[in-house]
Amino acid sequence: MSVLIYTESNEGKFKKVAFEIASYAKKVADMLGTTVTAVSINATENNTLSAYGVSKVLKVTNDKLTSFNAKAYADVIKQAAEKEGAKVVILASTTDSLHIAPLVAVNLNAGFASNVIEVPLSVAPFQVKRSAFSNKAFNLSEIATDIKVLGISKNSFGLFENATSLTEEDFSPALSDADFGVKVINSEKTTGKVTIADAETVVSAGRGLKGPENWGMIEELATVLGAATACSKPVSDIGWRPHGEHVGQTGKPVAANLYIAIGISGAIQHIAGINSSKVKVVINTDAEAPFFKVADYGIVGDAFDIVPKLIEKLKAFKAANA
Amino acid sequence: MKILVCISHVPDTTSKINFVNSDTEFDTNGVQYVINPNDEFGLTKAIVLKEQNGAHVTVVNVGGVDAEATLRKALAIGADEAIRVNIQPKDGLFVAKQLANVVKQGGYDLIIAGTESIDYNGGMVPGMLAGLLGFNFVNACIGIEISGTEATTIREIDGGKETAKSNLPLIIAGKKGLVEEKDLRIPNMRGIMTARTKALNVVEPSSYANATSSIKFEKPAPKSAVKLISADNLDELISLLHNEAKVI
Repeated sequence: MSVLIYTESNEGKFKKVAFEIASYAKKVADMLGTTVTAVSINATENNTLSAYGVSKVLKVTNDKLTSFNAKAYADVIKQAAEKEGAKVVILASTTDSLHIAPLVAVNLNAGFASNVIEVPLSVAPFQVKRSAFSNKAFNLSEIATDIKVLGISKNSFGLFENATSLTEEDFSPALSDADFGVKVINSEKTTGKVTIADAETVVSAGRGLKGPENWGMIEELATVLGAATACSKPVSDIGWRPHGEHVGQTGKPVAANLYIAIGISGAIQHIAGINSSKVKVVINTDAEAPFFKVADYGIVGDAFDIVPKLIEKLKAFKAANA
Repeated sequence: MKILVCISHVPDTTSKINFVNSDTEFDTNGVQYVINPNDEFGLTKAIVLKEQNGAHVTVVNVGGVDAEATLRKALAIGADEAIRVNIQPKDGLFVAKQLANVVKQGGYDLIIAGTESIDYNGGMVPGMLAGLLGFNFVNACIGIEISGTEATTIREIDGGKETAKSNLPLIIAGKKGLVEEKDLRIPNMRGIMTARTKALNVVEPSSYANATSSIKFEKPAPKSAVKLISADNLDELISLLHNEAKVI
């Protein structure tokens, strides 16, 4: 009957999002009068889940699962849900969890609500609030099936400590050859750089920067803040910056704590992609730029004058608050 | 090779989002509909594969008669035939089940859908379709090449990309990168004329219970006005970000 969560790890260590999902699931379990069980795959520090309300972890250790495989991982989660008799299965909104969740839902014949942004409004009937229309609206949805699958929107819930005694149990689900139909042959990851998906802060710049040679100050500002760099669509279209940095409706979504937009006017498609960020700062010469309508803090002025000064002041601030 | 491209009929990215009937329905008044952007990248890739390797490209939509304009546009861009499953869908699993029936009927080697639609942002139909059919599945797909019965795919991962091989039949959920924005095709007059003679088959839906249902919509609370800070007073910005917003 427990609430089952899939806790993602990277090279054995749980990602921060695993603890966020655990925090969320604990609230749902309290509403249902049950406990939280996690399923982990090749994770080494399973005991760390106990701080966030997890009562039991099903540990899967299997060399065949060293690299991500959507079908096989979904099969593991399905079998864990069946073993636990879970009625609610909760996943994150990382690239991998977004890949798995619909497969899990079909495997369990469950209704699936993605982009869920709050704890359920009620559990009988089971109603959740999710974002829709590219963050321009919210949708209240009801899940009618016996088993429910939820995908929790990035950065929407936060971490809540809740020390719980945890039992660890080895779990060896049966996997078939059909689970491994997609074979990874190469994986390229930039290392040592904060990715847009993981970043708490994102520094983004647009055509106002006038040319790719001017991105040095953007990268420096990002370094000072421990942030990822991003750019607007026109900038990636004209090739000033790589496509992987394009954020917006057709690019990567951003749900950061702090989003700083420099020289970006704020086209509706750009705003749709970054609007779930908590705090937005805009720096633009044009006081009429639409970004000022959605930003929390704004500076009207020239980025070439402001950004270098801001870097120096932030360095001093960081040194004083270190 | 037979390719099926799943097409969502969605409000244009610049549409005003409003709701009617006590906030239970999207207000379609004055809204322009388009091919879902992620699906358009997939459709264009299907046409490119057809030009390279030879293929028959079918487009499919689960929706009402109003979606036929969008399907005709896909035919004008270069698809060979279209199928519309005649029902206004309410739930992702329901759509996936209708599409699974279309796939079983047609016997496709490659199914291309979009990673998500820009209206409901469910991001679930392609994966559910793969689950229902037991096909191989690659999400967030930004590249695909076909050689015989084998596909080499590239998917976006957090902070990079991953290349994989799999056999057909395969389902990919695509996005920008499958083709670039500049490679998207605008229907020309000849395409529009030929599209009129191509088959658009309407099939009736099978009946399934909805797994989820929409109760109502809400718009975000109006935002308080931006706090403007003087360019000469960056200390104030840092102080606000630290003490008020608590993000640095």
